Amino acid sequence: MEPTTPFSRRIFLQQGVTLASLVGTIPWFVQQSAVGMLSADARVSSQAGVPEDRILVVVQMSGGNDGLNSVVPFGSDDYYRARPQIGIAAPGKENGALALDQKAGVGLHPNLKGLKDLYDDGKLAVVQGVGYPNPNRSHFASMDIWHTAQRSGRGDGWIGRYVDCTCNGSPAADAQVAIGRSAPLAMIGTTAKPVSFEDARLFQWMGKELPGSLERPYDQMNRAGPLGGVDPGSQAAFLMRTALDAQLSSDRIRTAIGRTPLVAYPGSRLATQLRAVGAMIRDDLNTRVYYVSQTGFDTHSNQQGAHGNLMRELSEAIVAFQADLKAQGNDSRVVTMVFSEFGRRVKQNASGGTDHGTAAPMFVLGSPVKGGLHGEHPSMTDLDNGDLKFTTDFRSVYATILDKWMVAPSKTVLGGAYPALKFLRT
Amino acid sequence: MTNLSMSPLDRSRFDEAAARHLLTRAGFGGTSAQVEQLVAMGLNEAVAYLVEFENAPNLPVADTDFDKDIRKPLTPAEREMVAMARRGNDEAALETIQKLRNERDGQDRAQLKEMQKWWLKRMVETGRPLEEKMTLFWHGHFATGYRTIEDSYHSFLQNRLFRTHATGNFADLTLRILRDPAMLKYLDNDESRRGRPNENLARELMELFVLGEGHAYTEQDIKEGARALTGYTFNDDSFQFRDDGHDDDPKTILGQTGNWDGDDFARIILSRKESSEFLCGKLYRFFVNDAPGMPSNKVAPVVKALAAELRKKQYELKPVLTMLFKSQHFFDEAHRGGSIKSPVQLTVQTIRELGVPPRDLATLNSATDLMGQSLFMPPSVKGWDCGRTWINTSTLFVRQNLAVYLITGMRPEAFDWDANLAQWPTTALEGAIAKRMSASKASASDALLDLVLAVSAPPERRKQFKSFTDGLGGDLRGERLVSALCLVTAMPEYQLC
Repeated sequence: MEPTTPFSRRIFLQQGVTLASLVGTIPWFVQQSAVGMLSADARVSSQAGVPEDRILVVVQMSGGNDGLNSVVPFGSDDYYRARPQIGIAAPGKENGALALDQKAGVGLHPNLKGLKDLYDDGKLAVVQGVGYPNPNRSHFASMDIWHTAQRSGRGDGWIGRYVDCTCNGSPAADAQVAIGRSAPLAMIGTTAKPVSFEDARLFQWMGKELPGSLERPYDQMNRAGPLGGVDPGSQAAFLMRTALDAQLSSDRIRTAIGRTPLVAYPGSRLATQLRAVGAMIRDDLNTRVYYVSQTGFDTHSNQQGAHGNLMRELSEAIVAFQADLKAQGNDSRVVTMVFSEFGRRVKQNASGGTDHGTAAPMFVLGSPVKGGLHGEHPSMTDLDNGDLKFTTDFRSVYATILDKWMVAPSKTVLGGAYPALKFLRT
Repeated sequence: MTNLSMSPLDRSRFDEAAARHLLTRAGFGGTSAQVEQLVAMGLNEAVAYLVEFENAPNLPVADTDFDKDIRKPLTPAEREMVAMARRGNDEAALETIQKLRNERDGQDRAQLKEMQKWWLKRMVETGRPLEEKMTLFWHGHFATGYRTIEDSYHSFLQNRLFRTHATGNFADLTLRILRDPAMLKYLDNDESRRGRPNENLARELMELFVLGEGHAYTEQDIKEGARALTGYTFNDDSFQFRDDGHDDDPKTILGQTGNWDGDDFARIILSRKESSEFLCGKLYRFFVNDAPGMPSNKVAPVVKALAAELRKKQYELKPVLTMLFKSQHFFDEAHRGGSIKSPVQLTVQTIRELGVPPRDLATLNSATDLMGQSLFMPPSVKGWDCGRTWINTSTLFVRQNLAVYLITGMRPEAFDWDANLAQWPTTALEGAIAKRMSASKASASDALLDLVLAVSAPPERRKQFKSFTDGLGGDLRGERLVSALCLVTAMPEYQLC
């Protein structure tokens, strides 16, 4: 199968190369506008049948989200027996779950009100009981498994592999953007690496702030591309090209994020990250995958308040993000996937918390999503040493998104075939 | 045309630029004074000084540098307590045990952070740069990561093994790595037993450590090799051969049949010519040129010559390294500035070359992590891919900002406007600039570029920089020199070595 080229990456690259080779003669300050013009019509389809403008946003809940208190099996007595203090009450009761399906006896955490609205709108798919065989309960190890999509937890990241295998030659510099201190393993491919920053203000050279008017000479040196007389195949030329790329990415990202969004976002860290993603989508960056994360899910003790707050933050941030996309007219371009490295044990522990467990639900949402409950809720009685047995392999979720949304060969990317699910309209 | 000769460089051509190249590649670079010392020694003595480093001052490593019991296994009494708590479903007791475990995890991770600082500091301070550089090479070659090992002391023991055998014998090191707890754990050999062998270590021994991918072995060889390695495990901090777990039936590896154990397996693959060529190819990329596709077919004779020497000396490394570092090929212009500094190289070289203080080591380690190289945590068993894979738009900013931090002492996230930029003695560098100016009639700006960049700056860059330094008004001293250095280290060419 011929690898597909997402977006107009190839055109962008070709233009980038042409431009770079002219650089010796173009003054540095023209560069910026030249690339500005280039990206304006860089959305021309490069390959028939491949959607040019689809975006995936990954939200990582770090620490192991308590799946049973996120998607609550209120129809099960075993649930309440296992969780006498921290169990979420049935719908209709005080602080009761928000029923998704009365018959199935499944509902959302009461603080996921915004997600419930999306569900009622047919835009939220709840994939139940997601996990993998022989679950690992170490945060690091299980996160690596989710990031690499390999049971060994070793090798390149799955999104990185996607970018590697869908671009001919070297990937566009900003094909993937991660907001966070360091780049997630999921986005590290053999050649593909994400743009990553915790704070867009740091995605630039700090020497500009120093006394001595260093900014102009710095720009001269970093925006020139390969200088005249430098062998275009050399390491030096490669660095000069990357330096130019870095300046342009930095300009575009910082400009985008600097704008006031069309809707108001809450002040949580997750919301701030999603606000930045919304801004970059609005400014039409070349990015296909964005990565954000929410921390604090490792709720070993007194989890009720803490977990409730996390649920509220998640719900409110996503609702604002979806509203932003809609206001931009971009909601049909974006699918958001929410996951955690594992769920938690069925039984609450002695400290009113939960310990590391196994399977948990995933959320996939957006206008292109076919809302509803997908997959089976794991059995509350047939447990594996006190842990849920997974019903859907997480790689089936990845495969569905790769094949149906990103239009990339999931078998190649994931290194194996996984049955597709039906949570997308496409 | 690249000079492919492995004959020693003509004595007269071992000038300052050549000595700088040698010191950068065989170590982490140095000050102008150190470079001049090497020139004065002459090629033979300079290479001997770097390779026969046993005569140079040592930074000792002791067993007790780190706490070996940080991951102490549970005592029988503790184990009994856990079992009782489980049987009795005693939630409170289980909770206490879990808490204790989490605490130990935290302590272990903290110790690993200390080890990262400790190693980086060694690289900055050592009088035996090749010893640390080869230790880093082995760490990338026999790559294991702490996240899987989950025992910082085992990572430390492995690091010590690499240092002890840094320039020793490759065959010997390979046999020892098969007895290394960190490696046995990382590649699951501790779970490999007769009847259900785990192929992980056998596969990587063939593919990544000794023979090289696709070289003359089959899947069947891996399966048989895995059987030979059964029973190789560890207990606490030591290797343990479990007779009862070892498969002692005959195996056929690369056509040779016998009751092989893991050592036999290693010896069989080491006896193949491909193994010497594979290792020399990796040494070539590490020391000579890491451009894409290197070592290319064009330089194959060089790799073959090194491999022949390695075989002739039964895998002793010093003769090969000596041959390489003296060769005309090594000093060819094509290789000067032909590689990209690894994050660790960038950090250590900037400190050693410019004479800036190392600042806060934890910050430096976190910077190398952001640039894609976390010590003791290579991304996979493949180690680091090096070369161009270090560089992307994010890491390039981190690289430039790290240099600003080292030169000015100001962290990117917290600028201190009142800081005195010249907090470190710049006189040595000023002296080197003056000397160069008088020797070659170069301008101060050109002299600085020649001292700091591994490639000769293109004319346009020289012009850009000259116009900046002219604008500073006055010579390149003190704060003006510091400003100029921030700019030089932000040039794309600064990433080359």
